[in-house]
Amino acid sequence: MTTNGTNGKESENRKLCIICSKGSLDMAYPPLVLANAARMSGIDVDLFFTFWGLEMICKDKMKNLKVPTVGNPSMHIPTMLGGLPGMSTVATTMMKREIEKLDFPEIDEFIEMLSDAGANLYACKMSMDMMKLTDEDIIEEAEIIGAMEFMEMSEGAQLLFI
Amino acid sequence: MTTTATRDILDTVEFDEGGFMVDPHAWTPEIAEAIAEREGLELTERHWVVIHFARDEFAKNGEAPTLRRITKTTDVSTKEIYKLFPGGPAKVAAKIAGLGKPTGCI
Repeated sequence: MTTNGTNGKESENRKLCIICSKGSLDMAYPPLVLANAARMSGIDVDLFFTFWGLEMICKDKMKNLKVPTVGNPSMHIPTMLGGLPGMSTVATTMMKREIEKLDFPEIDEFIEMLSDAGANLYACKMSMDMMKLTDEDIIEEAEIIGAMEFMEMSEGAQLLFI
Repeated sequence: MTTTATRDILDTVEFDEGGFMVDPHAWTPEIAEAIAEREGLELTERHWVVIHFARDEFAKNGEAPTLRRITKTTDVSTKEIYKLFPGGPAKVAAKIAGLGKPTGCI
């Protein structure tokens, strides 16, 4: 394997697996941005959506992820204020505006773009059972697999838990 | 497999360690063909849509467009651009278009 990159082969065989476990808007972007950067560099990508991360690929939820203002240490506002009605909506609107300025797509479009870019999308079977979700509830690009299967396919890959 | 003609053209061009052209202004379509050949690609009309767009954007803004801008503005879809430039479209397309290593995240 070359490292000088003169022929773009340095990414060959490199694989990145990202476990997406959060369903809030501010925690949905990091795995998607990293996955996209990897695909743009020719690195193979598997995304495994588990627990609240499943909401990123749920048809009726993926468009409506919110920035939580309570218990979110990045908010820099007193928790009591964060709990006021409408605070989460304000924070979500603000974040969406900033993301749009950077020309980043919204979550549903981002996921579609990653699928088109050849990233593999997997839904955690156990989490789906726990949340009483069926394959009708998630986008058709995602395949439902168990954690053990994910372990098998991620062998030798670089792994990220977000 | 690079031909002698390709090697001759590439010998006249300066590349950085990553294989990107040091001076984007020295780029010509012939150089693009030669770089593509080195990358194992044969350029089609569809490749040229992307390359010309990237060059035009560079001429206007002084930097290479992001992949998202290319797929949003031209009729080349995300799926197609990954097929056209296997092995990482952002890097490969920028190399062939004679532009520096892309810095955008999208």
